Amino acid sequence: MTLQEVKDILDAQLLCGDQLLSSTVNTACGSDMMSDVLAYVKDQAVLLTGLMNQQVIRTAEMMDMVCVIFVRGKTPGEDIVALAKQKEIAVMTTPHRMFTACGLLYQGGLKGGLSHHD
Amino acid sequence: MTETVTENGLSYHFVVPGDDFTRAGEASGSIKSILKKLGIRPDVVRKVAISMYEGEINLVIHAGGGEIDVEIGPEAVDIVLTDHGPGIPDVAKAMEEGWSTATAQVRNLGFGAGMGLPNMKKYSDEMHIDSTVGVGTTVTMRVYL
Repeated sequence: MTLQEVKDILDAQLLCGDQLLSSTVNTACGSDMMSDVLAYVKDQAVLLTGLMNQQVIRTAEMMDMVCVIFVRGKTPGEDIVALAKQKEIAVMTTPHRMFTACGLLYQGGLKGGLSHHD
Repeated sequence: MTETVTENGLSYHFVVPGDDFTRAGEASGSIKSILKKLGIRPDVVRKVAISMYEGEINLVIHAGGGEIDVEIGPEAVDIVLTDHGPGIPDVAKAMEEGWSTATAQVRNLGFGAGMGLPNMKKYSDEMHIDSTVGVGTTVTMRVYL
């Protein structure tokens, strides 16, 4: 699935990362705890979260993720988007809640991928 | 950040401010970028980035800031995190997954799940903690190239 398809499925608004829309992603994860993302996630390309601070982008950076999606219609501040641009990470906001957003992407073909405990 | 060329490789020094959570991770991001430019294997780069980032977050949320020294040598990346914070009374307990002394405020920021030190141990190849209550903590990590 491309990030463009992710955007369409989630009725999302793209806030930065136009150049990444043609990138293909196969896996995603959803969490508000960045500690858990760092602990359990492996090779997931997309992070869905309701947490709103710069550490979301930094966590995605450390995990080599290409896209962060803020759920429940949350719109990040300019500082967060500016950091994402600098790190070349796409940022979207979707009106859907976490459960629904994850479900829609799973239904569309994205998988959870392996965790470190698998 | 200061960079020094040593006989063993490259050496970097960072001062991590303790009062600005938004900047936590800048040092780790810099090292990640440097390692990528040096052509280090992506899985090794990620191990260094995650273990250092968790350590950097700990400096900010537990110790009021600190310093990080990184040496990139021919065989390994060595990371030393030094702080003059409260120290860790029971290191074995602190290493348990899920054990945390973080405040509710820190948890609201997405950290403090008790995974920081276990993560650092998981992603580094060697880790040593030297901590004295009331004096501070030094964490040394090594990731082989």
